[in-house]
Amino acid sequence: MAKLILSLDGMVLREFKLEKNTVTIGRKPHNDLQIDNLAVSGEHARLSMIGADVFLEDLDSTNGTQVNGQPVKRQLLQDGDLVELGKYKLKFMAEGAAKAAAGAPQEDFEKTMVIRPGGVKPTAPAAPPAAAPGPTPSYRAGDTVMELPPAATPAAAPAAEARAAAIKVLSGANAGKALDLVKNLTSLGKPGVQVAIITKRPTGYFITHVEGPSRPLVNGRQIGVQAEELSDRDVIELAGVKMEFFYK
Amino acid sequence: MKTLAHAIEMYGLTDAGMVRSHNEDAIVFEADSGLAILADGMGGYNAGEVASGIATTLLAQGVKAAIEVVPPHVPEALSGKSAAHRILRLEIEKANLAIFQTAQSQPQCAGMGTTLVSALFYDNRMTSAHVGDSRLYRLRGAEFGPLTRDHSLLQEQLDNGLITPDEARRSQNKNLVTRAVGIDPQLDPELNDFEVQVGDVYLLCSDGLNDMVDDADIGAVLSTVSGNLPLAAEQLIQMANDNGGRDNVSVILIRINRSFAAERSLWARLFGWLAG
Repeated sequence: MAKLILSLDGMVLREFKLEKNTVTIGRKPHNDLQIDNLAVSGEHARLSMIGADVFLEDLDSTNGTQVNGQPVKRQLLQDGDLVELGKYKLKFMAEGAAKAAAGAPQEDFEKTMVIRPGGVKPTAPAAPPAAAPGPTPSYRAGDTVMELPPAATPAAAPAAEARAAAIKVLSGANAGKALDLVKNLTSLGKPGVQVAIITKRPTGYFITHVEGPSRPLVNGRQIGVQAEELSDRDVIELAGVKMEFFYK
Repeated sequence: MKTLAHAIEMYGLTDAGMVRSHNEDAIVFEADSGLAILADGMGGYNAGEVASGIATTLLAQGVKAAIEVVPPHVPEALSGKSAAHRILRLEIEKANLAIFQTAQSQPQCAGMGTTLVSALFYDNRMTSAHVGDSRLYRLRGAEFGPLTRDHSLLQEQLDNGLITPDEARRSQNKNLVTRAVGIDPQLDPELNDFEVQVGDVYLLCSDGLNDMVDDADIGAVLSTVSGNLPLAAEQLIQMANDNGGRDNVSVILIRINRSFAAERSLWARLFGWLAG
């Protein structure tokens, strides 16, 4: 379950679990999370749970709400975001973060499930369906829940970037020119004559033959049908042009 | 039935990805019939692959049998739309009912369902049908983008302005679809018509691709490698897996090499000539 950790001047005051679809924050006592401080407006901000997402909305407060130092009106919160109301800080911990730490199997994450059209009712009371252990707050999934509810995992695990590399043309009209391999996929050669691509992958750079009667040469040897990894200072020969691959 | 294989090239691949132990996606493609179908199954243990398997198999059989009887380009008397519309809608409804009933009668299949995207090519046109968040994209010249709109919570939020595209990319709700095949006895598939041009490249994919790889990178692969569909398909799957491969990933690629106007009967031609 997602939660907020309220702190003031580096001192943790309390931990607040986001158990409802809507959580209000403000100075007045009727708020779900009351912060009794004059710099905080009576009704200062609201958190809305939509599926596994949590949105923060500033309720036109006098002193505003900041996320990671930026004033916001309405924003999707990310795990680890720091919400500031006056001197008070609220650290947002997403639902999956805790689960992932507890070693929940990856397999259970993110499986597709169906919700009924029009079933998204941000104000509807939470009714955790029997099939789904865990909170499914703001949508009514009913009997159509397929799998465990989604747990927040860090969006697209950033693939380790390959080291920067480039190719330098050694012969022909463009001799001496260099081309940085910044794109995930760079095509070389002349369409209709001979084309190869160099793909940038987390593990390195690979050359693959795409079209043409003959395949490119790497260090004088014709490459196979499959992609082949390039090593520093390899010389590629393609459509009559020699070029050198090198790591920067 | 005249084959379309001289005009249309198709190739498809499906992969379990890097995390999932089994593959719940299913694909069927047949250039002869101009038909491509991709389904991303969901639900209990192995039931997801049962659902996607039923959907692709039944739809392929049903559509192929139906277009033998009535060619897909023939306009329907009542709707004025091509027969392809009625055929796709009807066959998807049949597959929906088959999955729904199986899910009702087989306890191990309870709650299963599947997304579906299909494209039927005929007479220099294409009719797409989709349910859920599996997508159809098109590359035409330098222009690459989706032709389908997901039936998903995120798309609804985007449509209603509740979320920005940037927030949508970071959302944890990517897995919530609002329509699926086999969940309810009734289903409303979305059908759309497109004219087709020589040189177009079409891509059907499961969300395992477009959640892991940016549209710009998918488009770059298609425009660079479309001369070699098997290589392009491998490349797309490899990119999804290199980026984490957290879901099953499937692609069907379709390249239009020649025009494929339907042969009209003598009467139809005469009528067209008189009317023209």
